[in-house]
Amino acid sequence: MSLYAAVAVSGFRRHSTYRVATAAGIFTNTVFGLIMAYTYIALWDQRPHLGGYDQSMAITYVWIGQALFITVAVLGGGFQDELIERIRSGDVAIDLYRPADLQAWWLASDLGRAAFHLIGRGIVPMLFGALFFDLTMPGTPLTWVFFILSVAIGVVVSFALRYLVVLSAFWLMDGGGVTTISGLATMFFSGMLLPLNVFPGTLGEVARLLPWSALLQVPADIFLGVHTGSGLLKALAFQAGWAVVLLGTGRALQAVATRKVVVQGG
Amino acid sequence: MSDGLIELDGVEKVFDVRRRAGLLRRERRQVRAVDGISFTVPRGEMVGYIGPNGAGKSTTIKMLTGILTPSGGRLRVAGIDPSRERTRLARRIGVVFGQRTTLWWDLPLRDSYQLVRRMYRIPDDRYRVNLERCVELLDLRDLLEVPVRQLSLGQRMRGDIAAALLHDPEVLYLDEPTIGLDVVSKAKVREFLRSVNTEQGMTVLLTTHDLTDIEQLCSRVMVIDHGRLMYDGGLAELHAVGESERTLVVDFERELPPVELPGARCERVDGPRQWLVFPAGSSAAPLVAELAARHPVVDLSVREPVIEDVIARMYAESSAVV
Amino acid sequence: MGESRALLEGLRCYGLISAMWIRSTMTYRASFVMTTFGNFAATVLDFVAILLMFSQVDSLGGFSLPEVAFLYGTSSTAFGLADLLMGSMDRLGRRVRDGTLDTLLVRPAPVLAQVAADRFALRRLGRISQGSFVLVWALTHLDGLQWTPLKLLLMPVMLLSGAGIFSAIFVLGGAFQFLASDASEVQNSFTYGGNTLLQYPPTVFAKDLVRGVTFVVPLAFVNWLPALRILGRDDPLGLPGWVDLAGPLVAVACCAVAGLAWRTGLRSYRSTGS
Repeated sequence: MSLYAAVAVSGFRRHSTYRVATAAGIFTNTVFGLIMAYTYIALWDQRPHLGGYDQSMAITYVWIGQALFITVAVLGGGFQDELIERIRSGDVAIDLYRPADLQAWWLASDLGRAAFHLIGRGIVPMLFGALFFDLTMPGTPLTWVFFILSVAIGVVVSFALRYLVVLSAFWLMDGGGVTTISGLATMFFSGMLLPLNVFPGTLGEVARLLPWSALLQVPADIFLGVHTGSGLLKALAFQAGWAVVLLGTGRALQAVATRKVVVQGG
Repeated sequence: MSDGLIELDGVEKVFDVRRRAGLLRRERRQVRAVDGISFTVPRGEMVGYIGPNGAGKSTTIKMLTGILTPSGGRLRVAGIDPSRERTRLARRIGVVFGQRTTLWWDLPLRDSYQLVRRMYRIPDDRYRVNLERCVELLDLRDLLEVPVRQLSLGQRMRGDIAAALLHDPEVLYLDEPTIGLDVVSKAKVREFLRSVNTEQGMTVLLTTHDLTDIEQLCSRVMVIDHGRLMYDGGLAELHAVGESERTLVVDFERELPPVELPGARCERVDGPRQWLVFPAGSSAAPLVAELAARHPVVDLSVREPVIEDVIARMYAESSAVV
Repeated sequence: MGESRALLEGLRCYGLISAMWIRSTMTYRASFVMTTFGNFAATVLDFVAILLMFSQVDSLGGFSLPEVAFLYGTSSTAFGLADLLMGSMDRLGRRVRDGTLDTLLVRPAPVLAQVAADRFALRRLGRISQGSFVLVWALTHLDGLQWTPLKLLLMPVMLLSGAGIFSAIFVLGGAFQFLASDASEVQNSFTYGGNTLLQYPPTVFAKDLVRGVTFVVPLAFVNWLPALRILGRDDPLGLPGWVDLAGPLVAVACCAVAGLAWRTGLRSYRSTGS
């Protein structure tokens, strides 16, 4: 266990060294937050209770989105490129013989990265939003705790999805296509472009059941106090369920991939 | 002095280095990467430019190629001020960075040369002649249609050297041209450089960590350290100044007592293997002949002195004099 | 005289290098098809988001869907052109860090042209084609649009000067990376961010923000001002009418500023080497 803690800490540290890049990223998230906030204001001006949000909640949703954008790796990245490269070069065979579990290792590293990004790139855009707009903040400290927990599970779901994408590189030598498609799906179905509860009809119902909604929609709704009591537990269970299913699928796929590597290597 | 193709007079390069000292405070200090260097290289000479890492070697090369602007002093290459007329100079020099290929990874080698031809506007007949010569001497015939990514490191280096020579440069700069290459590729690269130097009279300046490069190619060697020119002269004299030594590693048929030879001393014995040390300035051939005549030799090899050792000894020498 | 020769030399060199990249890309045809499709699909998504908004409302900031689509199409097409031509400027910082910028400095060609042509990617046509689809759709659905010769002329002028303004921003972003090689994301704020901004009507945004993108970073000249003229609407800042036609001048001025910034950046790189 302490091994994985160390891996997580080193993931955190590694990303904390890119100071200028972090500042640049904060700036970009803030600019995008600003643009989106105004479009949402226009939208909620027309439909004051669209998707069950009032205008303040809608704007808050924008800034939560910008704060979590890199944390839940909407555009992919993090460990992805590195691991794909190791699979393509065959170095992954070495990793498989390590005493550590491949999936757990990269998960720990990604959790460390996400922790840094939440602190390093999440707080400033959120503060900026709170300074210039009327945001809906959690009423109780407990809501904050559940929000952080929900973000953490969201990161795990995001990791599990990206891990599946990476594993596809065992079969497809050119992982670019799958990565692109997965990035598009994440962008759209996480609710980063528009909250999923604004999606009309069946599209909205389906989108809210897909795993990507665990990345942003669920944490944001917890933050905004949409889920309370048993609803809150249900929301967390929904996220955790997807995390377990996707991690499990990843493990199964990894086992098949390992056999493939061993056969090729032997 | 005036017919020098490369002329440096008191050239300096000072960098401002900012370092984080604490959370917000930053320390600023100046680093003199090149600290008043003067030398002249006449047309047709092949010069080795050596020194430890961070000594100012690549900073000098970057100033000579027009990449960096000097902070002080006067610098001319083929009569051109490199930093002021970068593109005019570029047509008259060839540059090979050992670690960074300029070839096109996914395309056949020939395509990279076609790009050079167009970019430098090389006349067709010159291009054909130059390419043919490079292909011949660097053994590239079978590689022209191969994508660069499939070439070995040595093949790629040969390809890079050819790319730097297609536009008939007057000076060729090579930064670590043999680094990481296998023995055969090293030999081919050296043979080629020797021939462009002697047959075409091309001026060559090369930096290297491999003293054998210098030994086999350069009549003149310059040593730079801490931004200053420590030595400028022949290699033999450098070895004399640095008292550097080469080592003959010999495997005998059986264990022998430490052998005694004129001009060499036995430094180490390990079973049938012995290490014989002799001055770097003298030839190994008579020693080997002598040895083979007297003892049953199974195998032998010569170890070259390491550049850092030579320089370290040079320091020891100069401080001993002071 | 010397300036125009350098410009021609730069264009020629840009052509040579981008042709090499196109051939390199074509060695992986399947990947090229996939990424072009991805590029197309990615840009479709933000239009889908706008469509979803309009599934809930009839107008946004007082603009109908065809009107917003017109803004979207003009901005995306102009930005797509700039992205195709200059989109590689954000790789400059990486080249500074790994030292490969030096290999460009020993060639007899302008560095700007070499950096801009680096990794020239035809897949970026995906964005241009998507933008033009939306633009054509908007033009066929805009009712009661009064075309005059001036407005007809304004269409291509708007797209080209818009591409010029965005290109200048790409170059400015590149110049900035000479100072801060890790800061390539900052330029995304003005390029991708600017494009997103211009897809929505100016009435949506706070007056100060609109003033900022008119007078400080003159994005408003990409499409807002000329497009409002074509749509027959007043601009929210109440500027004199000739301002709507100033796009080409603004584009030229932006390019001049960007060129100066690039020169300054390159000079600073060549004196510090980092």
